[in-house]
Amino acid sequence: MADEMRDTVLEYVRNEYVDEDDEDTELDYDTPLISGGIVDSFSMVSLKVFLERKYSIQIPDAKATPEAFDSVNKIVALVREYTA
Amino acid sequence: MAYSARARERFGSEISATREAGLFKDERFIHSAQGAEIEVEFPAGSPTRKVINLCANNYLGLSSHPDVIEAAHEGLDSRGYGMSSVRFICGTQDIHRDLEEKLTAFLGTEDTVLFPSCMDANAGVFEAILGEEDVIIADRLVHASIIDGIRLSRAHQDSYKHSDMKHLEQKLELHQDKRFRLIVTDGVFSMDGDLAKLDEIVELAERHDAMIMLDDSHATGFIGRTGRGVHEHFGVVGRIDIITTTLGKAMGGASGGCVSGRRELVELCRQRARPYLFSNAMPPVIVAAANTVVDLISRTTERRDKLEWNARYWRAGLTEIGLDLRPGESPIVPVMLYNAKLAQDFSRDLFDEGIYAVGFFFPVVPKGQARIRTQLSAAHEKEHLDLGLEAFRKVGEKHGVLGLGKKEIIARFGD
Repeated sequence: MADEMRDTVLEYVRNEYVDEDDEDTELDYDTPLISGGIVDSFSMVSLKVFLERKYSIQIPDAKATPEAFDSVNKIVALVREYTA
Repeated sequence: MAYSARARERFGSEISATREAGLFKDERFIHSAQGAEIEVEFPAGSPTRKVINLCANNYLGLSSHPDVIEAAHEGLDSRGYGMSSVRFICGTQDIHRDLEEKLTAFLGTEDTVLFPSCMDANAGVFEAILGEEDVIIADRLVHASIIDGIRLSRAHQDSYKHSDMKHLEQKLELHQDKRFRLIVTDGVFSMDGDLAKLDEIVELAERHDAMIMLDDSHATGFIGRTGRGVHEHFGVVGRIDIITTTLGKAMGGASGGCVSGRRELVELCRQRARPYLFSNAMPPVIVAAANTVVDLISRTTERRDKLEWNARYWRAGLTEIGLDLRPGESPIVPVMLYNAKLAQDFSRDLFDEGIYAVGFFFPVVPKGQARIRTQLSAAHEKEHLDLGLEAFRKVGEKHGVLGLGKKEIIARFGD
């Protein structure tokens, strides 16, 4: 379940933030997304909406911080708090 | 003393770190009026030298145009130097009203309100119009002032990949539950010189019930058949809800900006936009000159036609030399060098050859995309451009980049 979620989130991040012709950006479960400049803080909102819809959860705005969204692994940990 | 030694040391070390990272910005002192040729003191303390300017936003060559200068003098003589007031107390003259009406007619909108700058227009417009029930969906390469303005509003914020219409459409579908959706884009993107796909954006906006905000600062006065902007270029005049633009580039280049668009949205900016409410009215001297600028470019397309010719000639010339350009059709022509140090060295060598063109690198552009951004002007004569091309050929040859593409340049210099 966790592995599946990790891959789903990773795939979403790749489609959403990495350009198709971008061969230079390496992305894995621990790549810093926001501090690494891959995800801009504006579009964090759509990442949050995606997670809430996909996993039928509500993440409070106070929890949706740039730190909590800074890697695929951290995002999965956050989502699991609300799906458990 | 509250400004302690610890404070001085702390702030001093931040400046040192900026310098060490190669990001320190030095000003170059210009001893002449703005134009195709300028007298520059660089480095500071050196004797001045005459160079060809290829980095001003003086697209129409109006910054020092005799008619504009004369209008400024007349404005100064008849309406004074300063207003000593914000607009809504006692800072609005008849010439402010004239300018707003002329800009409305020129841009093909319903109403216009002036701001001290387009930076201020962008800082104020979102907060004045949108609330927390709404969403702003911005292209990821919009200008920094738009990003600041969006941050000041209470609306939800989202973005789409640069000029990626499929991605924009996904975002419009995602946010159908919001009260209003506002798509935000630059008309011409200032670093790459490419145009927003405004015809497609209008079509998507109409299909998904969204409004459009266009920052046309690098287009007003010269893009489109009669220079109205990117909306004219794509045949969508009257279908853009908010246009922000500047008087600080093609339109005489002094300062000032505006929000122009739907009557109610402009009125809300007059009532609520904080940079409008809390900063001084534009000074009469600038307003009077700007009125003449709008008259001048409404009367004839001569200057924008010359600029178009210059941009085409320059682009073709650089391509023939074998430099790697960003494709486009605007008078912003970036010469790609990818490596930050190479861009700095290249710019310095160009200066030695009598050409003033600046290198841009991270954080102004993404890492590994350093460049020399050249900007054409209607003030340039063919002779200026030929001298510029010869300098680019010579400096390009010195650094061994002629005929090389992105991969080869990065392989040789790193990114």
